[in-house]
Amino acid sequence: MASVALSEAEKVYIVHGVQEDLRVDGRGCEDYRCVEVETDVVSNTSGSARVKLGHTDILVGVKAEMGTPKLEKPNEGYLEFFVDCSASATPEFEGRGGDDLGTEIANTLYRIFNNKSSIDLKSLCISPREHCWVLYVDVLLLECGGNLFDAISVAVKAALFNTRIPRVRVLEDEEGSKDIELSDDPYDCIQLSVENVPCIVTLCKIGYRHVVDATLQEEACSLASLLVSVTSKGVVTCIRKVGKGSLDPESIFEMLEHLCMAVTSKTLFRLASAWARCCMPPCRVFYTRRRAWGPRDRKSDSWADVHSSLQLPNVRLLLFPGS
Amino acid sequence: MALEMRLPVARKPLSESLGRESKKHLVVPGDTITTDTGFMRGHGTYMGEEKLIASVAGSVERVNKLICVKALKTRYNGEVGDIVVGRITEVQQKRWKVETNSRLDSVLLLSSMNLPGGELAEVQAVFSDGAVSLHTRSLKYGKLGQGVLVQVSPSLVKRQKTHFHDLPCGASVILGNNGFIWVYPTPEHKEDDAGGFIANLEPVSLTDREVISRLRNCIVSLATQRMMLYDTSILYCYEASLPHQIKDILKPEIMEEIVMETRQRLLEQEG
Repeated sequence: MASVALSEAEKVYIVHGVQEDLRVDGRGCEDYRCVEVETDVVSNTSGSARVKLGHTDILVGVKAEMGTPKLEKPNEGYLEFFVDCSASATPEFEGRGGDDLGTEIANTLYRIFNNKSSIDLKSLCISPREHCWVLYVDVLLLECGGNLFDAISVAVKAALFNTRIPRVRVLEDEEGSKDIELSDDPYDCIQLSVENVPCIVTLCKIGYRHVVDATLQEEACSLASLLVSVTSKGVVTCIRKVGKGSLDPESIFEMLEHLCMAVTSKTLFRLASAWARCCMPPCRVFYTRRRAWGPRDRKSDSWADVHSSLQLPNVRLLLFPGS
Repeated sequence: MALEMRLPVARKPLSESLGRESKKHLVVPGDTITTDTGFMRGHGTYMGEEKLIASVAGSVERVNKLICVKALKTRYNGEVGDIVVGRITEVQQKRWKVETNSRLDSVLLLSSMNLPGGELAEVQAVFSDGAVSLHTRSLKYGKLGQGVLVQVSPSLVKRQKTHFHDLPCGASVILGNNGFIWVYPTPEHKEDDAGGFIANLEPVSLTDREVISRLRNCIVSLATQRMMLYDTSILYCYEASLPHQIKDILKPEIMEEIVMETRQRLLEQEG
């Protein structure tokens, strides 16, 4: 991750500020910076979006191409992610420097989409075992200002919403050879339903508290973060820990509880009216009852135990990392 | 937890109603400034085909017979006597490399320092390739403690007699000529012997923090709207921002409103 050098005194200032719920730019621990989203920015793609979150600038392009379905899933199309950390974001990404971060982000994206409900892959199938649509999602990091994962997940969701896949028909001849016919009308397209596409919320642990939407300076003060990927219905598709510091399982519970409790349907994502005009479905996380948490085993510090204790009734845990 | 999403809007040009008396002559690289060969050419210009052509994008300044182009957005070019705020990036045998937002890293020679620690320094000499050599001349300069660094373009910092300002709102600010602005809590008592050697790591009070955050947001909004930064403009902007919440200052519409008010007050004060 792009890092910025800070002196001890600056770090101390940031950490103390977070303890008192007043960050350097006046936000509380749970406030996001203003997000600007724009779709349909790149003309030669099937769908594209550009997201600006403070100083972070992400451009996503989706191209739909025809391919063969995977052997284990013959009735479905699939998504391929590629993340390019461009050298214009920060000089650290020059040459091969950005490859590690790019692979990490791409793997995270694969993970959050690796379930049956995020995207209806069956609608991408043209003819089973022979043809399907493959969506190549290319993420370009234009500027790095902290909180990359959140911005990238929002941009991917917006780009998938904007994707227009041409409608095709499969014609069969008498001999049995199949021909694929594209409809004449260039606007005759199918759109994907992005209702269940998850968005990532990154919780950075700074001192004894956690913050959302950390800037580069705050990320430099945080040793560990938790990436939670949630859908609008409150389904958690992936939880991942990043950073070289360690997280106490107690603090993980606290972070997730806080995420669920503080986030009720009225306050999480307040959409500006301009955004509503864009007809993008809102993302919401619903509160889940606290008493549903099973008894916490304080001694447990393995991920498997954490998984089994997370018995949340309205939040289905679909996928959990094996690390 | 609140997240606000919006569509991008085209930036509005600055209103001409608060226009200046004289229109600035803006040029881009390649523009002809004048065909009169009687002028001496200064920085940012070159002679080509019997006419004076600009090599940087900026405004033309004319002093008697000297024409130069002052670039609007540039890296810091050191001048002797400037005050800069920098970050030590490298430690070498007898010198420290300091990052000051210029084309090359500046050097801080250990021999030109009063104290073992020193990060606020004066420009002592400029090398031929543009690197600056810094020195901390007195105990007033030195290592900075807790505070917030704001990076703006060097062309926005007005050259003044003093760059250390203790603002009446409760915080202090150092306006480095290189565009690095340091906002920090006003130290309660001046310690003459310790100087900048020991950094105070005690928690800063919440009221001070609020003032510092507000000042930081005001400076960022002034820089985004390309206003010159000096103590009066920062103070007026701070006062104009008081009705709003600190985190709202960075929203585009509120930023414009505050800076418009600041600009009006500054014009009233001049005129």
